Amino acid sequence: MQFDQLYQEIILDHYKKPRGRGLREPFDVEVRHVNPTCGDEVDLRVRLDGEKVADVSYEGMGCSISQASASVLHELVTGKTVTEALSRVDAFVAMVGSRGLVEPDEELLEDGVAFAGVAKYPARVKCALLSWMAFKDATAQAVAGEGASR
Amino acid sequence: MTATPIVIPAGMPQYDDIPRLDVARIRADFPLLEREVNGHRVVYLDSGNTSQKPRSVIEAMTEHYERHNANVARSVHTLGTESTAAYEGARQKVATFIGASSAEEIVFTKNATEAINLVAYAIGNASLNPKADPRLRLGPGDEIVVSEMEHHANIVPWQLLCERTGATLRWFSLTEQGRLDESNVDELINERTKLVSIVLVSNILGTANATSRIHDRIREVGALFMLDGSQAVPHRPMDVVDYDVDFLAFTGHKMLGPTGIGVLYGKADLLAAMPPVLGGGSMIETVTMQRSTFAPPPARFEAGTPPIVEAVGLGAAVDYLTAVGMEAIAWHEKELTAYALEALASVPGLRIFGPPTPVGRGATISFDLAGIHPHDVGQILDGEGVQVRVGHHCARPTCVRFGVPAMTRVSLYLYNTAEEIDALVRALERTREVFA
Repeated sequence: MQFDQLYQEIILDHYKKPRGRGLREPFDVEVRHVNPTCGDEVDLRVRLDGEKVADVSYEGMGCSISQASASVLHELVTGKTVTEALSRVDAFVAMVGSRGLVEPDEELLEDGVAFAGVAKYPARVKCALLSWMAFKDATAQAVAGEGASR
Repeated sequence: MTATPIVIPAGMPQYDDIPRLDVARIRADFPLLEREVNGHRVVYLDSGNTSQKPRSVIEAMTEHYERHNANVARSVHTLGTESTAAYEGARQKVATFIGASSAEEIVFTKNATEAINLVAYAIGNASLNPKADPRLRLGPGDEIVVSEMEHHANIVPWQLLCERTGATLRWFSLTEQGRLDESNVDELINERTKLVSIVLVSNILGTANATSRIHDRIREVGALFMLDGSQAVPHRPMDVVDYDVDFLAFTGHKMLGPTGIGVLYGKADLLAAMPPVLGGGSMIETVTMQRSTFAPPPARFEAGTPPIVEAVGLGAAVDYLTAVGMEAIAWHEKELTAYALEALASVPGLRIFGPPTPVGRGATISFDLAGIHPHDVGQILDGEGVQVRVGHHCARPTCVRFGVPAMTRVSLYLYNTAEEIDALVRALERTREVFA
């Protein structure tokens, strides 16, 4: 079946049992990102603790791909340093946007490699990236905010 | 499996009196319907988005490029004369198709969106000129009425016009069955109303709106009456005199024609009263460095080189539809819709938005499947070769009205069959399995 490339077990598992879902206190920055072509949206909060991403919490509505990728994002970046987290974001964006040309780094992306198949469905790339771009945006704002308060 | 005939009460014209179409013969005219998608024969259920094209349309356009190509309305040479005749011939075909009394009432645009914007911007321009026709002048206190089931193309241009002129936008709300709530029509359309623009057949709910009560109220208060016919003109007989409509917008690519060409029908006296919107070549009478005077309609609204070959293609599409017969197409779609509504109702967890019966509706059916996001539904269906549209269908307020971010939409046309509905239902069952 064609769609098995896209709807892997890992993705359906994250979709049905999302990790870290829900908006939590405390947080430094909250952002809302929307995908205007399909109406999907995500509210995402970032809490930094010094150099570390202390928490990523989110709430949103959307397709299985966008919801599962938010869950994977939460798992992959929580507890990491900002630099590590952002390098994972870059690797994920590169993989999903590569049309299948980039070999995914399983060590770095863990469950995220399940989204490699999305690269072959250009209409779904934005779904997979929605929460990741929200995280990048919120983290940049949080880092800048912290810098300003020092 | 075949569609069940609809039972008609005795004394009414009977089923056999209805003009029929031969769907197998029609399908043979559409090359794309022979292709495969993801290993399956394509099941194209997205004609409300854009229709497929018969060979005759593709060939008419190719022939124009190969044999007659030249610019229109400005050349004395043979090719230019032929090209102009083809372009203006297409205008006449469209006029006849919708019952317009003259080809001068047909303005070619880029699409239906541009046709609606053309009216909105002409009214905006007239509103700046105290000497303009009072029917076209808009200011604070005046009202424009649309509905909650409009495509964004019939909302946003009026919002922008209201911002520019200080007028107020109002709208019909919807009933739970997805029909216009006309209970407040006498209050909603009143002496302050300058224009009412509503969709004839909804692109998302499939609702076919009854216009007579609204029309009568519009005439009572002296407002203008516009219809968005994008999802109606391709599917059912249209007569602008019968509807007594002032403006009608529709688009070529949803009625077997090419993209890049749409139509604004306007009553002759209104078009004549409208100031131009785009300035440039072809739309002028005379030009000096100080000022210009303008050509009569429709040329006044067709600045620059128009979509010539697209018009030729649209003319060929109109010929095709006319040969099949719009009555026959409407009945074919009605039977298919009855079949599809029944078949979809058999899918567990499926909720249909819009009229649940095949009466007073077109062949467009939107639904939710067990809360599974429409993107996921559309993806699994695509894996089975079934092409549907998912999302908010450029009618976000309608989605909000029914409390969902998006819907899955099936839209049928003359070439669709009951077997394709069966394929859809099987693919929906597959979708439920994946997300169970």
